[in-house]
Amino acid sequence: MSEREVQISCVGCSLGYEGETVVSDINFEVRAGDYLCILGENGSGKSTLVKALLGLKSPNTGEIRRGGGVGAGEIGYLPQQTVVQRDFPASVREIVQSGCLGKTGLRPFYNAAEKALAAKNMERLGITDLAKRCYRELSGGQQQRVLLARALCAADKILLLDEPVTGLDPKAQLDLYELISKLNKNGITIIMVSHDINAAMMFSSHILHIGGQKQLFFGSKDDYMNSPVGRSFILSEGGEIDG
Amino acid sequence: MVELIEKLQKYFTLPFVQYAMIVGLLIALCSSLLGVTLVLKRFSFIGDGLSHVAFGAMAVAIVAGITNQMLIIMPVTVASAILLLRTGQNTKIKGDAAVAMISVGALALGYMLINIFSKSANVAGDVCSTLFGSTSILTLTKLEVQLCIALAAVVVVLFVLFYNKLFAVTFDESFSKATGVKSDIYNLLIAIVTAVIIVLAMNLVGSLLISALIIFPALSAMRVFKSFLSVIICSAVISVVCAAVGLMVSILMSTPVGATIVSADIAVFFIFWIISLFKRG
Ligand SMILES: Nc1ncnc2c1ncn2[C@@H]1O[C@H](COP(=O)(O)OP(=O)(O)OP(=O)(O)O)[C@@H](O)[C@H]1O
Ligand SMILES: [Mg+2]
Repeated sequence: MSEREVQISCVGCSLGYEGETVVSDINFEVRAGDYLCILGENGSGKSTLVKALLGLKSPNTGEIRRGGGVGAGEIGYLPQQTVVQRDFPASVREIVQSGCLGKTGLRPFYNAAEKALAAKNMERLGITDLAKRCYRELSGGQQQRVLLARALCAADKILLLDEPVTGLDPKAQLDLYELISKLNKNGITIIMVSHDINAAMMFSSHILHIGGQKQLFFGSKDDYMNSPVGRSFILSEGGEIDG
Repeated sequence: MVELIEKLQKYFTLPFVQYAMIVGLLIALCSSLLGVTLVLKRFSFIGDGLSHVAFGAMAVAIVAGITNQMLIIMPVTVASAILLLRTGQNTKIKGDAAVAMISVGALALGYMLINIFSKSANVAGDVCSTLFGSTSILTLTKLEVQLCIALAAVVVVLFVLFYNKLFAVTFDESFSKATGVKSDIYNLLIAIVTAVIIVLAMNLVGSLLISALIIFPALSAMRVFKSFLSVIICSAVISVVCAAVGLMVSILMSTPVGATIVSADIAVFFIFWIISLFKRG
């Protein structure tokens, strides 16, 4: 347990769309049980990096390696909210179960084990009583829990969360952060994109900071707080962490 | 009332009325199944564009004097569906502009061709009937009915088999891609099936009214129902009932088939809209 396995490593990656580079020279690794926070301004390429980590998009140069029993399609993903979902008629159970789809292969319907897994994850996130409710009528915080339960159905080792607390009130934000932190303590690796420097300081173990088309920092949280990048970012974002 | 029922009974002994009913209901069923996905994926514009392409293809078939027009219309429409899907995903060309271009272009060229080359004395009538549906639903041959039944069966079976995948791809494409669902293949499948349904539905309601057949039942169901499954079932029921009622009314009162069916769909939409207002209030 002293040396935890590397689950994802990113070596000299540069990412972009149609020839235009968004961010280059990304190097970091994530080990089992880490809680990595990805920080950066709007448009700095955080979601782009997330897509690359998920394998939805291949890096222009460099390489993303997966290890530690994490294959393609075994990363649970909580997307930055899209418009389509807002008025989508779907019950909570239907959405959570759809997380199991990667396991069904060519089988057209869910089997008992997959249904049980969905039920277990709804229980875990405290949304069992919402199972029959309509997704679009839930509060923002409840919606995020539903999507988190779906992500847990897809993968139980590693979760990738793209700005999970956007649009939630402070109480709901804290609840969600604590929930994620609890999952992390139970051994699930967390990679979270965030704007919220305070939360990053409070919950994460590692920080990846990107900006100006490159990687500004990668390392443990404590190193970040003592680095020039970290200190200026914490100051400019009005962080309230003392030392 | 009794008189009307007797009249209907008499009509339903005629084979061409039976054929029309079978084909009409099957088309209504298929288009509503797919309609929910198309509306939710914001793909309904593709349906609209394709119906115009199908009209253009039909014009070519008429001008070329081909007896089995399906042979031209079907491949052209399916190919355009694939093309539209590709351009829709391309970030450089605006998807909706590309669709508008192709659909209006096909409409204009089709009308030109018919006008210049048609040997028929009643060009305006021909065009009108391909656009708004014609009596061709009442002149179906047995072969056409069999073809329609076979295609409808394929659509329904595909839909049931891929129901969960369609749901996932519709609800959240990037998530399902990330969990290893081949969403590109399903998008392609959706586009092809849409094309097939549109070509089939052209007989029933005409190319301009097809979108209504696809969109209205889905929108009505979405007003009231809250899970994906219930929306799908409800929209299928609405669509089939409206098609049945529309066909009967049009036979009894000799109104145009397509427009009557679509009117029924619109009426249901308003009823559901009002229900949803009450539910909320
Ligand atoms: N599909 C796309 N095609 C072309 N360019 C894109 C695409 N998606 C994003 N970009 C560009 O890539 C850059 C990075 O976008 P990205 O979504 O990764 O930013 P982000 O860090 O997630 O921002 P935010 O904090 O707002 O979520 C932006 O300049 C954006 O315009
Ligand atoms: Mg983003």
